[in-house]
Amino acid sequence: MGRRLADLLHGRRRLQLSLLLSGPLGWLVIAYLGSLAVLFIAAFWHLDEFSGKVVHDYGTSNFETLWNGHVYRTIVLRTVGIAAAVTVTDALLAFPIAFYMAKVASPRVRGLLVVAVLMPLWSSYLVKVYAWRTILNEDGILNWALDPFGIKGPGFGNLATWIVFSYLWLPYMILPVYAGLERIPNSLLDASGDLGADPGRTFRRVVLPMAFPAIVAGSIFTFALTLGDYITPNLVSSTQFIGNVVYANVGVANNLPLAAAFATVPVVVMVVYLLIARRLGAFEHL
Amino acid sequence: MYLSRGTRWFLRIGTGVTLAFIYLPLIIIALYAFNSRRVQTWPIKGLTFDWFDKAFHNHGARDALLTSVKAGLGATALALLLGTLAATAVSRYRFFGRETVSFLVILPIALPGIVTGMALNSTFTQVVKLDLSLFTVIVGHATFCIVVVYNNVVARMRRTARNFEEASADLGAHTWQTFRYVTFPQLRSAMIAGALLAFALSFDEVIVTTFTAGATETLPIWILNNLSRPRNLPIVNVVAVISVLLSIIPVYFAQKLTADPVGAPGAVAAP
Repeated sequence: MGRRLADLLHGRRRLQLSLLLSGPLGWLVIAYLGSLAVLFIAAFWHLDEFSGKVVHDYGTSNFETLWNGHVYRTIVLRTVGIAAAVTVTDALLAFPIAFYMAKVASPRVRGLLVVAVLMPLWSSYLVKVYAWRTILNEDGILNWALDPFGIKGPGFGNLATWIVFSYLWLPYMILPVYAGLERIPNSLLDASGDLGADPGRTFRRVVLPMAFPAIVAGSIFTFALTLGDYITPNLVSSTQFIGNVVYANVGVANNLPLAAAFATVPVVVMVVYLLIARRLGAFEHL
Repeated sequence: MYLSRGTRWFLRIGTGVTLAFIYLPLIIIALYAFNSRRVQTWPIKGLTFDWFDKAFHNHGARDALLTSVKAGLGATALALLLGTLAATAVSRYRFFGRETVSFLVILPIALPGIVTGMALNSTFTQVVKLDLSLFTVIVGHATFCIVVVYNNVVARMRRTARNFEEASADLGAHTWQTFRYVTFPQLRSAMIAGALLAFALSFDEVIVTTFTAGATETLPIWILNNLSRPRNLPIVNVVAVISVLLSIIPVYFAQKLTADPVGAPGAVAAP
């Protein structure tokens, strides 16, 4: 049987290819793209106010509710604002360590640092958020450390959300920036110095322009992950993010159509972001 | 390369600060796991191993661990199969829409977690009318795990020459023999690395899981449910430490198996 199949396949590249692709494409197109299509269609359904059941006819009432709702606009602005702040913070924190790894550290130290950055990237998301909950807590280590100076930590709120998101996505920024910096030839930096540029000028005129696409590549992750999260805001803040509204409407309020309509917001933001990122040359650094 | 003393010191300090920022919270949570008191206050008054014993005998945590392992194994098996097939097709054949396959594979982790979660949720509940269960969790996890296997195998294929396969065919091996004795041995370690990462990814996932699990409790969901129960926090601490260790071990081995840095951009996954 196996032998006969092998003979059948022999030299028939088209047949081999279609056998190889049917599984993965079937899964991704039917299960995943199909689901996305269902979600998109569901955004045009609406909820019957009396029965609380989803009515399967089409209209733009959800989008009108979202567009006219003052609350929703504030939530979108807050989410995008925090996502932008997190991206900038991570870029600032990532740059020195990435530069050190790429240009200063010995190969052995570099290897160790790569592993040191990678391990927390894969370790439990929830544990990290929980760790910050205990740190920022009223009786936590931060207030204890700040107490001698007579100041208090930020507690839970937007500031906490910003810190925790920056913490969670930092490795996603370090790795592309490191890879991008490693591609810059050392001779270029030396040449800049030889031609009389001080370190600040070399950084501004040589390093930054060449590393910028890599920073944008990292920002895709920091930005997208912040937009799609609802658990962190839930655990370290009481303010609502796009994700919280979506989750509440799927679960508690049982208003799937409204949730689906609101979920299109991060998708649209991300598509625009990806298009800009591609123009800036970030895709070669992914 | 020449760097001034000042610049070198600035970079060293910056590196130290970032590393401290990354590791201090994890160290703090590990210390709390040995906290002799039930309340989570700093400084810790005394140390004990009791919570490890209690956590080990906690049925909820044990069941959740078992569920997570099952979900991880199921999702990894599916992702391994689908990811390897797609990677072989993309790197060894030319066809219309080849670029689209890579894009399609990455999409489930590039889109925000709530979108993937909701999309699957609405399909399961509204279209297929399937009850949310371990099965739907596995389907969801497999969808976004394909990319890690795919990326690892594609990277390996790019580095291995295809003339070995052509030589094997010229020497009279049929399709299976070529795969079994030539292609597979070259891919094996990349496949194992991809599988380990897929497992780690599935093991930690929360957001998509909350939309696809229904009453099923994976370990992250168990942690999430117990964060609001102060009585259980000491056990949560222990589970936290164990789950960090369990997710780091596969990554460590995956790293050893591949020359490429695993999780390098593109293989990065949303939690």
